[in-house]
Amino acid sequence: MSTNSFTLTDEMREQAIGVESAPTTTDVEKGHIARFAEAIGDDNPAYTEGTPETGGIVAPPTFLRAMRAVRPELPFEIPFTRLLDGGSDWEYFEHVRPGDVITAVGRVEDIRERTGSIGQMIITTIKVTYRNQTGAVVATQTSTSIRH
Amino acid sequence: MGQQIYFEDVSEGMELPVEVREPTTRQLVQYAGASGDFYEIHYDKPYAESIGLPGIIIHGALKNAMLGAYVTGWAGPGSTLRRLTCQYRGMDFPNEPITAKGHVSRVYQEGEQNLVDCTIWLENPQGQQTTPGTATVALPARNR
Repeated sequence: MSTNSFTLTDEMREQAIGVESAPTTTDVEKGHIARFAEAIGDDNPAYTEGTPETGGIVAPPTFLRAMRAVRPELPFEIPFTRLLDGGSDWEYFEHVRPGDVITAVGRVEDIRERTGSIGQMIITTIKVTYRNQTGAVVATQTSTSIRH
Repeated sequence: MGQQIYFEDVSEGMELPVEVREPTTRQLVQYAGASGDFYEIHYDKPYAESIGLPGIIIHGALKNAMLGAYVTGWAGPGSTLRRLTCQYRGMDFPNEPITAKGHVSRVYQEGEQNLVDCTIWLENPQGQQTTPGTATVALPARNR
């Protein structure tokens, strides 16, 4: 048998869907927000000094990426080493501000198998939910990753 | 940062102003540090080439951030980003111009909110859409 003969069965999909990652908790720092805004080339004053509309400093939309959510661990091995990031879908509910304590949890929403131009692929959809210290969901990020 | 865009001023098909950026390798290192994404393909050229890439490539998440900055910069300080999506269809490289473009695809109200959907994307110097996406923005109204 070649190492490429991997089959994602319905049973494996059932085992994987719903698996959650260990939560990561991060304190949001003013300096970190400013460094992030500088790194993405966004000089919006909302990220460095705040604006009347935002009522103080807030974080740029994709700042939560820096909260380093961990990937949920699949209950089986996938014998492909290459990993491609397929894309991202963010939904925003509340501003993120300095002093917030953000807890991120990832959940496997879907996993499926497909064969394309790069051969056999396992496509995993993971939704990370970010909550602040009050328990409010500030944002969710649904990402698609491709192992091949 | 642009001026405020009001709900009454937008219509379907309206184009967002074109914006050109040219991320440097220095910016990629800044982004690695700020985001915590230290994958070597974004700053170590020999490593990137060793796994078959043409060179250092820009973080997908940085392109995602550039699209976020593009649409929020257009919509102005009184707007609120509700949703931002993007797909990574092609690699982009530092020290090359990357062009952000977009248009308004839908104008609608939901409850009290004045919403605008935009189709946005990043283009490489060959004119290919490497990073297509969408955004939903809540805009203030002139007449409340």
